[in-house]
Amino acid sequence: MQKKKGLSTKAVVATGIGTAVFIILFKFLAIPTGIANTQINVAQAWLSLIASIFGPLVGGLVAFIGHALNDGISYGSIWWSWVIADGAFGVLIGFFARYLHVTSGTFTTKKIIGFNIAQIVSNIIAWLIIAPLGDIFIYSEPAAKVFTQGVVSASLNSISTAVLGTAIIAIYTRTQTKKDSLEYEA
Amino acid sequence: MNHNIFGFHPGTSIIHRLTGTTKLVIFLALTIFGSLSFDLRYLILLSVVALVALYVAKIKWADVRTIVWLVTIFAVINLMLIYVFAPQYGVQLFGSKTVLFGSGHYALTFEQLYYEFIVFVKYLFAVPLALVFLLTTNPSEFAAGLNRIGISYRVAYAVALALRYIPDIQVSYQTISKVQQARGHDLSKKASLWKRLKGALGIMVPLMFASLNQIDAVSQAMDLRRFGKQKRRTWYYAQSFARIDWLALGFAVALIALEMYLLWQNGGRFWYPF
Repeated sequence: MQKKKGLSTKAVVATGIGTAVFIILFKFLAIPTGIANTQINVAQAWLSLIASIFGPLVGGLVAFIGHALNDGISYGSIWWSWVIADGAFGVLIGFFARYLHVTSGTFTTKKIIGFNIAQIVSNIIAWLIIAPLGDIFIYSEPAAKVFTQGVVSASLNSISTAVLGTAIIAIYTRTQTKKDSLEYEA
Repeated sequence: MNHNIFGFHPGTSIIHRLTGTTKLVIFLALTIFGSLSFDLRYLILLSVVALVALYVAKIKWADVRTIVWLVTIFAVINLMLIYVFAPQYGVQLFGSKTVLFGSGHYALTFEQLYYEFIVFVKYLFAVPLALVFLLTTNPSEFAAGLNRIGISYRVAYAVALALRYIPDIQVSYQTISKVQQARGHDLSKKASLWKRLKGALGIMVPLMFASLNQIDAVSQAMDLRRFGKQKRRTWYYAQSFARIDWLALGFAVALIALEMYLLWQNGGRFWYPF
């Protein structure tokens, strides 16, 4: 196949529809944990699936556009440092998932462990490093506050992706044709 | 649940008549420079501009009521969190300490109040600005505008697709949710966390397969229509600039120049006259 420049049509559509689903899940399907103002974000699990299937570029775009649009619609103002952090999470998880071949073949225990280590690392980089630093540099917020918020969102997003992300990737891979499902008969 | 989560309202005001590109550029420029600035005078000026724009665009209170309340609650929580975690942050920023009352770590200082007031004024300009932008910009013009300011048309088209599919996905989400509830999935507060997680999965899985199929179908249809074969594409909603667009852009440039001047004058992002 001829190598094309820029995003493929499929990547464009995956970004568009992926973002739409991300926003709907973000807005309507969040599970309160019982602790005030903290909720398990189902959208993050969807993001990890999309990034695993379509790669880092689509993952990053879905998170960046989705988070920015959702902020605009729900709060009327876009919190850029968190939008950038979410975009970085999408890119990272896409890279790791591609490297680990998460969505091809069977989702073995080894892959499940690999995927979860990758998502926890990505969550820590995004919410404990990028988001708080952005808050400090862009919004000049106090460090103690933004790092506490970072710890809370990094752990909640990791839990959400560990439970729901792993589950939907497992269900998704079960419907896909295995890579070596055909055998050569002489 | 509201039917149109974007709430674009067609209208005939001056702001409605600006092109999507103009509004996008002004919105992005002012939010970026507004975030950079911690100069109270400048932020109040921006707030006045944003509130006047809200008035000129003839936006009704009923259309923005919910969002304004939500943001107010959000802003208050944010301001309180800042105080809880860093009650002396203002002192640290401005290098002086004027205790109003109380003592010790949580003593209320004038500097802290001044800092938190700046953070509050930032909401006061950002929210009306975003509301004007969201309520007066046709989503399709918005996507065309993204391409116009130099973003790859593939990305701009992805944004257009997202805006196009949000209402559709919302409908399928609601259908799936109702079906699952009819089958006994409890998503309400009464159910345990584990049950609600399972309920969430019950919605996500059908939504996932439906959306992945849709991605296949739409991308094949677009490939058949030769999407992405050329370097550029035209937009049905592309608009040419009129005089009011140049005037509005000139006004925004003046505001940015003012901020540049203030940054230079203050020798930094903060302005503290006391």
